[in-house]
Amino acid sequence: MNTNQNKSLFQKELLSEALKQSFIKLNPKLMIKNPVMFTVEIGTVVMLIVCIGIMFNNDGTQGSLAYNLVVFAILLLTLLFANFAEAIAEARGKAQAESLRKTREETPAKLIASVGELYVNELQMISSSQLKKGDIFLCEAGDIIPTDGEIIEGLATIDESAITGESAPVIREAGGDKSSVTGGTKVLSDTIKVKVTTEPGESFLDKMIALVEGASRQKTPNEIALTILLAGFTLVFIIVCVTLKPFADYANTPITIAALISLFVCLIPTTIGGLLSAIGIAGMDRALRANVITKSGKAVETAGDIDVLLLDKTGTITIGNRKATHFYHSDETTEEHFIECCVLASLADETPEGKSIVELAKVKGAKTKASDALLNEAVFIKFTAETRSSGIDLKNNLRIRKGAADTIKKNAEKAGHTYSSGIDKIVNGISANGGTPLVVSENEKIMGVIELQDIIKPGIQERFERLRKMGIKTVMVTGDNPLTAKFIAEKAGVDDFIAEAKPEDKMNYIKKEQAEGKLVAMMGDGTNDAPALAQADVGVAMNSGTQAAKEAGNMVDLDNDPTKLIEIVEIGKQLLITRGTLTTFSIANDVAKYFAIVPALFIASIPALQGLNIMHLKSPESAILSAVIFNALIIPILIPLALRGVEYKPIGASALLRRNLIIYGFGGILVPFIGIKLIDMLVGLFF
Amino acid sequence: MNTELIGVIATFAITVAIAIPFGKYIAKVFSGEKTALDFISPFEKWIFRMCRIDSSKQMNWKQHLIALLSINILWFVYAFIMLLTQGSLFLNPDGNPSMSPDLSFNTAISFLVNCNLQHYSGETGLTYLTQLAVITFLQFVSAATGIAALIVVFNAMKENVSDGLGNFFDIFLKSITRILLPVSIIIAVVLIFNGTPASFDGKDTITTLQGDTVQVSRGPAAGMIAIKHLGTNGGGWFGVNSAHPLENPNYLTNMVEMIAQVLIPIALIFALGFYLKRKKMAYVIFGVMTIGMLSLLIPTLIAESNGNPAITEMGIDQSAGSMEGKEVRFGAKASAYWSIVTTIISTGSVNSMHDSSMPVSGTMQLLGMMTNAFYGGCGVGILNYYIFIIIAVFISGLMVGRTPEFLGRKIEAREMKIATLVALLHPFLILVGTALSSFVFTNDPSVGWLNNPGYHGFSEMLYEYTSSAANNGSGFEGLGDNNWFWNITTGFVLILGRFLPIIGPVAIAGILAKKKFIPESAGTLRTDTGTFGIMTYAVIMIIAALAFFPALVLGPLAEYFTLYHP
Repeated sequence: MNTNQNKSLFQKELLSEALKQSFIKLNPKLMIKNPVMFTVEIGTVVMLIVCIGIMFNNDGTQGSLAYNLVVFAILLLTLLFANFAEAIAEARGKAQAESLRKTREETPAKLIASVGELYVNELQMISSSQLKKGDIFLCEAGDIIPTDGEIIEGLATIDESAITGESAPVIREAGGDKSSVTGGTKVLSDTIKVKVTTEPGESFLDKMIALVEGASRQKTPNEIALTILLAGFTLVFIIVCVTLKPFADYANTPITIAALISLFVCLIPTTIGGLLSAIGIAGMDRALRANVITKSGKAVETAGDIDVLLLDKTGTITIGNRKATHFYHSDETTEEHFIECCVLASLADETPEGKSIVELAKVKGAKTKASDALLNEAVFIKFTAETRSSGIDLKNNLRIRKGAADTIKKNAEKAGHTYSSGIDKIVNGISANGGTPLVVSENEKIMGVIELQDIIKPGIQERFERLRKMGIKTVMVTGDNPLTAKFIAEKAGVDDFIAEAKPEDKMNYIKKEQAEGKLVAMMGDGTNDAPALAQADVGVAMNSGTQAAKEAGNMVDLDNDPTKLIEIVEIGKQLLITRGTLTTFSIANDVAKYFAIVPALFIASIPALQGLNIMHLKSPESAILSAVIFNALIIPILIPLALRGVEYKPIGASALLRRNLIIYGFGGILVPFIGIKLIDMLVGLFF
Repeated sequence: MNTELIGVIATFAITVAIAIPFGKYIAKVFSGEKTALDFISPFEKWIFRMCRIDSSKQMNWKQHLIALLSINILWFVYAFIMLLTQGSLFLNPDGNPSMSPDLSFNTAISFLVNCNLQHYSGETGLTYLTQLAVITFLQFVSAATGIAALIVVFNAMKENVSDGLGNFFDIFLKSITRILLPVSIIIAVVLIFNGTPASFDGKDTITTLQGDTVQVSRGPAAGMIAIKHLGTNGGGWFGVNSAHPLENPNYLTNMVEMIAQVLIPIALIFALGFYLKRKKMAYVIFGVMTIGMLSLLIPTLIAESNGNPAITEMGIDQSAGSMEGKEVRFGAKASAYWSIVTTIISTGSVNSMHDSSMPVSGTMQLLGMMTNAFYGGCGVGILNYYIFIIIAVFISGLMVGRTPEFLGRKIEAREMKIATLVALLHPFLILVGTALSSFVFTNDPSVGWLNNPGYHGFSEMLYEYTSSAANNGSGFEGLGDNNWFWNITTGFVLILGRFLPIIGPVAIAGILAKKKFIPESAGTLRTDTGTFGIMTYAVIMIIAALAFFPALVLGPLAEYFTLYHP
């Protein structure tokens, strides 16, 4: 599903829409949301008035018409560039969301019409857009599911590749934690009855699109605080520029309005001001590209602050279920015979553990000597909680059992067989290594032990190491006993674990961490996860999870990938870093701009100030124009960076600050000196 | 290395050497540990009993501010009335007159806010009574106010704290009895032994070598001169301040006064380290402030040592440096050091005339007051620095990908609003004030307050407002400032420039203290590292200094370029 990321940042169809929006966004009512750019707009209007004034009555005090027109045009461009940044971010986010939504629009739905309170099995074909919350529809093999809902009856295999990109079909069934279906996915087999869970236009995806479009986009707390700081900077420079007028009058230095406004626009943080909302939208967009639907921009931002990550063991840290890894036969039998016993005991065992025993035996090259006839008449003993063992009874009076050590031991001793200390040692050894021992007996005689182990996902240790470097504590949640849990926790490199976890344990753990001032993220799918998902600062519900879980969390992961949390945290951090570094860059730029414009303002009346013109810009006009042109151009140049985000490196906060300070702080001082000088060499040809 | 430079380095080294143990002592005083001066305790208790103050009652940040502001209003009324009526009160051997209402308004405020901008001359403008009961009194309490506000912020910076930030009156009184008073006595004794007067007699008449008779003002000056420096006040007993031979008789007193004025600002940085057990943070703050000082001091030392090229052109020997406006007994370098120290720490006392400094030195003196956070005034210096820390924490917090937090507390919109407002205030006051006076002068040069029109006149006006806003109190002089325009406009600048920068940090610290404490993790940005120090320095330079660049260009920088690159 990562194919989208490789697409170019600027697609043709997006560009034209963004260009149109850039002009629509010039509306002062929209501009005022961004105080920095709003003041630029006022400056632009003033320049327009000055230009008109010169056309009618040019007394030469404000410079030539051409010069003033150029300044006006550049200011207008600055505004358009800033609007374009926001518009292209919106367009990209929208396009991404639309592509997800498109699949589910206008698909036929088989509505089960109801009469009174009785459902009559009369099918009514309607369009998916007509489905209301609470309606029940039927899906058969081959149907596209028309909208999001919850299965109330039946079981089906479903192809969710349209949403997740994962081609392997998944099973969804009524009841339990895997009852949700998503619009746009395809039923491959069987028939299900589904209850619609959302009103048309109110699905998570619809909400997300609204967030991206700006209709319901709210500024996040950090964005508000940053806007305040930027507004403060803007105010300082308003004061600087307004007071410059009486200063200049005192010094008998006339300053043109164009020069004053140019100085102002150059000094205020237009770079970050123009890119700020684009950065925020791009953050949500990046989440969407990772197939995560966020319910608010705030959630993405909060993800970057997460201190504690709660992860389910199964599926996240370990691959699905336990697997057989070793056969230990007792001294009284051969390995070959023992393995055969194991295979026989597991033939009918449909559990993943049972299957893995047969698989391991195959790898070891074992063959069942027992004839098909014998097997056909065999009685399979299923696992029950009381017997705590399973196995097979063959016609030739052969009873093979595998099960928990103490049960098998008890049966063996009851039948008068010894339970050797050698077996005891193997059993304890396996337990101490975090494995689960299964003891196998033939006619109550101990034959040996099978070792079942949790398989830790490859590469997961590195991911936890990365999280630790970010300062995030990882907590594994498992139903295993504390000993096994501890072993796996150590092996996988998680910092803490909750063993024998009940749903309320998660909740309590979250509350405990939060009481210490920490922010907690978790992922869940079941209805019993819902309270914890709601309590967590970032709750990611799996799309396959129940509706309750999805409502409770503040993000939905379409891929149902438990490791997605790690990606979300990085997206959140990237979002903040991009804002911080571009703010630094923007403010650092002021140094060079001062050195370009201030000498230009006064050089006419105080020629000695040529000494301050360290860039040796050609003339006052070209100096001022070069500075505003640089100021305008830097916005579109940085749009790709704003959309992609500044890379996050887990190298520790101080090292990261040092790195970003050098690149964006020091670079921010240096780049405009070079940029303005280069532009001046060009502009100097005309002014 | 020449002797003059060694003198400067020695002075600074001695200051730091005393400041570290003194900082430890201050930390002990306010954390209630045993100190050598505990015998004063019955006296303090007696004062609280007399005033019916329960000094053990804990206050939150709002109660602290209410206490601080109300007690300051009271002092203002008292000082204003005393100055207005001093001529007819006792202890007036020289028969000096009462002050005009606008001058007493300006003077009362100026001393109340620890600025000590003087639009009068001590010899003729005040009586012994007002020198002691108004000026010296305010020099003590205003310094103690600054220290008390800072200690409240220290308390708020602790880990396990929410509302109880100590008792204002307790902190305030201890600042005087345990810190200001004892050290002032030591300094005063040193000054007396070196010739500073401490007598209630009126003017003395002496006959000079040339045979003229000269009237020399005297008075109980030594004590006042001690607290004027120790409390970073700066208002002199005599008009020319510490350039006066009785106020600063020799190189030794010059050293003592220079050490005294920067002692508490530096000691308070170390006190932070000891008090909060965050020594590394204190070292980083000290490092940044020292680098800040050096970046102002070194250009000044060079400019003053090289002398004035215009004078060199006349064929006059300038091997001693630029000596215009300086005292021969101190020399160019010691005066250069003093001029930077006095401007960065808001003392504002002078031992040379800043009006005659070289243009580069003038720029640096102005920058010292514009940044106002390199060591800074008694208590308030670190408060100003605190605002820059908040802004630096915010920007760098974002840069490492986390909601910014300082000492375990999240910095959000409300704190940013206050910090931005306070950071904004300083350029606002200075630039708007200077713009107003420039406007008035441009339209009506007959107001006549500028003796040097041109760039230098502009520098004088800029300096006056900068000095007021920074609560510094030194003057570029040469400006005719005793008239209603300057008295009233600088009066308001003084009040705003004093109290908002106290209210702001106390409020931010108080709000932060009530927030949930977040334990540190590997992702937390540490604020006690060199990198963060550089960040803070950059924030101060870019925010505080750059805003004044155009104004500096029209003032001292224009002078510089005209002088050196004509």
